[in-house]
Amino acid sequence: MARTKPTGQAPRLAPLSFPAVRGTARQHGALAALLLLVLFNALFTARFLTVTSMRVNLTQVATITIVAVGMTFVIATGGIDLSVGSLMAISGAIAPKIFLSDRFPFDAPVLGVALAIVVPVLAAGLGGSFNGVMVAWFRIQPIIATLVLFLAGRGIAQVITGGALVSFREPSFQYLGMGRPLGIPFQVILMVVIVAIAAWVLRSTIFGRYVLATGDNEPAAWLAGVPVRRVKLVVYTVSGLLAGLAGLISIAINSSSDANQDGQLMELDAIAAVAVGGTPLTGGQASIVGTLIGALIIQLLRYTLLSHGVSDAAARVVTAVAIVLAVLLQRRER
Amino acid sequence: MGQPVEARAMIPQRTPAWARGASLLQRQGALIALVGVALFGVLRYGETFYSSYNFWETLRNNSYFALIALGMAFVIMTGGIDLSVGSVVALSAVVAARLSPEGIYLATGAAMAAGLAVGVTNGLVIARFSVQPFIVTLASLLGARGMALLVAGNATVPVDFEHGFIDIGQREIGPVPLPVVLVVIAYALGSLLLNFTRFGRHVLALGGNEEAARLAGLPIGRILISVYAMSGMLAGLAGAILAGLAFSGPPTAALGWELSAIAAVVVGGTLLTGGMGSVGATLAGVLLIGLIFNVLNFERGRGVFNLTVYWENVIRGVFLLLVVLFQHRLTRALRLRS
Repeated sequence: MARTKPTGQAPRLAPLSFPAVRGTARQHGALAALLLLVLFNALFTARFLTVTSMRVNLTQVATITIVAVGMTFVIATGGIDLSVGSLMAISGAIAPKIFLSDRFPFDAPVLGVALAIVVPVLAAGLGGSFNGVMVAWFRIQPIIATLVLFLAGRGIAQVITGGALVSFREPSFQYLGMGRPLGIPFQVILMVVIVAIAAWVLRSTIFGRYVLATGDNEPAAWLAGVPVRRVKLVVYTVSGLLAGLAGLISIAINSSSDANQDGQLMELDAIAAVAVGGTPLTGGQASIVGTLIGALIIQLLRYTLLSHGVSDAAARVVTAVAIVLAVLLQRRER
Repeated sequence: MGQPVEARAMIPQRTPAWARGASLLQRQGALIALVGVALFGVLRYGETFYSSYNFWETLRNNSYFALIALGMAFVIMTGGIDLSVGSVVALSAVVAARLSPEGIYLATGAAMAAGLAVGVTNGLVIARFSVQPFIVTLASLLGARGMALLVAGNATVPVDFEHGFIDIGQREIGPVPLPVVLVVIAYALGSLLLNFTRFGRHVLALGGNEEAARLAGLPIGRILISVYAMSGMLAGLAGAILAGLAFSGPPTAALGWELSAIAAVVVGGTLLTGGMGSVGATLAGVLLIGLIFNVLNFERGRGVFNLTVYWENVIRGVFLLLVVLFQHRLTRALRLRS
């Protein structure tokens, strides 16, 4: 799908995509499915309408959604990011190194925790920038470019931790995954803020338009003056940063960092959430709210099946069928 | 094992020597590197390296990668991708282990049938409903893993030793392990299929330009279903071999193998854009990656460096990066010429 420089043919201007308009039909389908799931659970699942069960579902969905928001931007430019799970493992491996070390000569635990959040996220963002450079400047296909860090990234995380599981208790750091201001899990607040900002950026800023234009018709966007390369660099970097944050949340929840397991298969969950949310993998159109809905659908479907005694294995099969059906139905609506 | 075929390369034309060299390097670079690494090993480690034990064991341990990479190469040549093969390997390993008391033929046949079923399903959905291969096979990655867990009852299935099933991984014909024989047969058939049949041409035509292939009246649906079915069936055979080598059917095995297979295909010089590719070069790609790790093991044995096993992933990634950058250079040089 890597489009090269425009050749001799006359530039064809792409019609601007208005996600708010074009996306409605597809989003409504996903929203309807989500509401059906909620309704079904409210009627047939015992204790579904309790604070605890809401909290469980939202906590589970937060990390996937945060990663999937970055993925939505990448997919909107016509790319894909397979490295997010490995970048989660890297940031999860670095953080305990910082807040568990006693190398800070001054007695400043606040600084330690702040560094333990900022440094790993930046490291993951750097990985994302690497992907962006490979895709935008070296014109390597996104699947292959991010496959490099998918393989090497997990290895780097394993080398950092020596492959061992690191357990810890660090309440100020673990606020990321355990904090509950006003009874709402902290990562859920983070998720909502990130979704809101991302939706605004995609819908109402020039950068958002650039992203969609790049994905819709890259040569045309390039001719129209869109800084295609920088746009790609930014989306992959953002995807890396968000994966880094998700990695921190996931180790905070587990009270341990395991480079072998952290973020495993996250790239697939995130891509599935994006696809179910109605963003086509071909790029040029995207919906952040759709991605949130997609992630919620996948999580609730799983929860519904498991709480009605369906085995985990069978639940995976059903989820797989649901993903294909969702994508299939959205094709029909166009 | 057969010259690389490219749909465009059918028209004879004069090319400058350097361009022919660059083109050769891009397509057969893996083979050249393979010979280089093998020579390095022979010279540096001597007899322990080219001993028949090391030779056949390295081949045996790469046999399942070779099988799934072959199927993947055909899928990629049509411009698609098959993410489900890792899960299919696990599913068919479980199936083979479950049926191992019935003997080698039935168990292996059932494993291949399980893979075939997943592959045909992939192909049908992709061809009939024109959903992107990435999404369809992503879903069957999840689904087949779930099936593997279901069939296995969430636990590793032990293999029966009494009725000869383990021969699929352990048997040797002369000095040659049976898995290696199967790989040779599969690649020979694959090479014939790609180079000397109408189907092979269709695969390349479809990957080169789907619209043109459609207008030329090629049976797009049947071609797509066939390549995904092939990929699934080969992954099924790989699963049976895995069960025979591991003496069990672990439902959680082969995690991420689809991506390793894609890496091997890319190292072999097949472009992910479809329309070109070579069966022999794919095998060279698989063997090159296998041999590099073999050499690293020898270096570790000599105490040259003390790298943990975790560096393997880093090395795999960096190696893929180098290959991709190198190929990028070559293809651009070639494109600028034309």
